[in-house]
Amino acid sequence: MSVTDSPAVRRVGRIALIAWAVFGFIFLFTPIVVTVIYSFNEPTGKYNYIWNKFSLAAWKDPFKYPELTNSLVYSLKVAFVVTLIATVLGTLMGMAMVKYKFRAKGVLGAVIVLPLTMPEVVMGFSLLTLFVTLNWSRGFVTIIIAQVMFSVSYVATTVRARIRGFDWRLEEASADLGAGPVRTFTKITLPLIAPGVLAAAMLTFALSLDDFIITYLNSGLDNTFPIEIWNLKRSRVPTQINVFSTSLLVISVLMALLVIWQGRRRQRALDGAASASTGIGTHGLAAG
Amino acid sequence: MTTVSAPVKSRRFSKKEADDSGVFARRWFTPYLLIAPGTLWLLIFFIIPLFSLGRLSLKSGGLSNYSTVISDNSTVIVRTFVYASIATIAAIIIGYPLAYVIANKGGRFKNLLLALVVLPFFVTYLVRTLSWKILLFDGGPVVNILHSVGVLNEGQGILGSPFAVVAALTYNFLPFMVLPIYVSLEKMDRRLLEAAADLYSSPARAFRRVTLPLSLPGLFAGTLLTFIPAAGDFVNSELLGSERTVMIGNIIEKNFGKEFFRPELSALSFMLMAIILVGVIIYARILGTEELA
Repeated sequence: MSVTDSPAVRRVGRIALIAWAVFGFIFLFTPIVVTVIYSFNEPTGKYNYIWNKFSLAAWKDPFKYPELTNSLVYSLKVAFVVTLIATVLGTLMGMAMVKYKFRAKGVLGAVIVLPLTMPEVVMGFSLLTLFVTLNWSRGFVTIIIAQVMFSVSYVATTVRARIRGFDWRLEEASADLGAGPVRTFTKITLPLIAPGVLAAAMLTFALSLDDFIITYLNSGLDNTFPIEIWNLKRSRVPTQINVFSTSLLVISVLMALLVIWQGRRRQRALDGAASASTGIGTHGLAAG
Repeated sequence: MTTVSAPVKSRRFSKKEADDSGVFARRWFTPYLLIAPGTLWLLIFFIIPLFSLGRLSLKSGGLSNYSTVISDNSTVIVRTFVYASIATIAAIIIGYPLAYVIANKGGRFKNLLLALVVLPFFVTYLVRTLSWKILLFDGGPVVNILHSVGVLNEGQGILGSPFAVVAALTYNFLPFMVLPIYVSLEKMDRRLLEAAADLYSSPARAFRRVTLPLSLPGLFAGTLLTFIPAAGDFVNSELLGSERTVMIGNIIEKNFGKEFFRPELSALSFMLMAIILVGVIIYARILGTEELA
C-alpha cells in the first residue's frame, strides 16, 4: 500500500478536489457577476470600467443610446430568422443520419463536423471572399447566410444525439392503426423529436446572439449588438450595455427553466404514452 | 461518428422497407431529400469559400505568398499557438476536476451544476470579455489583490499583458472543455471502479487506469473545442492586450477591410486553418480516437 491510500490523505485529496472545483465555478462566475453589478454603476467618464457609485440611472433610461438599442433589436431579428432556418435544415439532416442508412452518410458526417473544427476567423474570411467575388453587398442577408452556415452543424449534431435510439416502430404502430402520414408526423414523430429540436433551437438562438467574429466579417455596415459594442469601445462603453446583458441573462435563465420544466412534464406524459402504445403494438404483432 | 458504417444498397432494400418507418421512409432517395437543403447550404457557403480562399492565397505570387507571410509574421504565428496551447492546458487543469466533481459528486444537483457551467454563455462573448477588462483594470479588484500580496509592484498593471489575454481566452472557452469531459465521465460504468477496488487497486491507480482512459474522448473533444477558437481569436487580444500580444486573428481583423485582395491575407488565414487541421489529425492519431462528440 502506498502513502496515497491512507484515509487521511484521501480525505485531504477529496477536499482539495472539491475546493478546486469551487474555484473553477468562481472563475466562471466572477465576470458574469461583474456584468450584473456594473449595470448599477454610475461611471465618472464615458467608460464603465471603474466602480464609482451605485445608481439606477441606466436601468431607468435603458434606451438612451438609440444605436445600441437598435443593434439589440437587429440581433434579435437575426437570431430569430437564423434559428428558424438552421433548426429546420439541421433537424432534417440529423433525422436522416439517425433513421436511414445511405451511401453518403460518412461524407455527410465529416461535412457536418468540419465547421466545428475550423476557427471562426477562417470561416468568416473565406465566406467573405465568396461574397466579394460575387460582388454581393454585405448586410442582413449575408449575416443570415453566415450564421446559418455554422449553426446547421450544431443543430444536426444536437438533434442526432438526442433522437438516437428512439423507438421508431411507434410510427409503424401509428400507420398500422390507420393514421395517415401527416397524422403520424404530428402525433408521433413531432412529439418524439420535439425536445431535441427545441434544445437545438435554443442553442442556435444563443449562438446567434453570441456570435461576433464570423458575423463581423460579413456584416458590411450593419451592426448587431456585439458589433455595436466593438465599434463603441473606442468612444464610450455605456452602462446600458450591462443593463441589456443583465436583462438578456435573466430572460434566458427563466426561459431555460421553463423549457426544462416543460420537458420534464412532456417526458413523463410521453413515457406513459410510449409504454401504452408499445403494448398495443406488441399485441398487434402477436395477433398477426 | 458513423464513418465506419458500411454503405447499404438502399435501392434494393427500399421496396421491402418502404412502408416501415413513417412518413419520410418512402423511397431510397428520401434521406437525400432530407439532407439536401442543409448540405447545399454547407457546400455553397462553407466548402466552396474555402477553395476560393485557397485560390486567392495563391494569386500573383503563388506559394511564395506563404513564405512571405510566414517570415513577416513568424513571431505572431508562434505567439498565437503558444497562447492557445497555454489557454487549453489551463482549461484542462481547471475544467477536468470541475467536470469530475459534477459527474461524481454532483448527486441530484448534477443538472443544476451543469447548467451553471453553461450560464456564462447567456452573456454575450464581447460583454464577458469587457467584464474581464473591468476585473483586470488598474485599480480594479484583481490588481489590488495582487498588489497587496506583492506579486505585482505598485504602478504595475495586468491589462495589456500576455497574462490578461491568456486568462481571458481560458475563461471564454472553459465551458467547451467542461461539457465534453463531463459527458464521457457521466457515460462511464461506475462498476468498473468497484471492480478495480475489488482487485486491490488504489483509487489513484483506478483513476489513472480506468477513469482517465475512458474520459479521453471527452478530453479530446474539449481540447479541440478550446484550442481551435482560442487560436483563431482576436477579441481577447484586442480588448485586453497590446501590441505585445497581437495574434493571427488580429492581423486578419485589422486588414480585412482595406487589404482584402492582398493574397498574403488569404495565405495567412489558410495557413492558420492548415496548421490546425494537421494538428487535429496528429492529435487524433495519438489519442487513438476519431470521435468528436
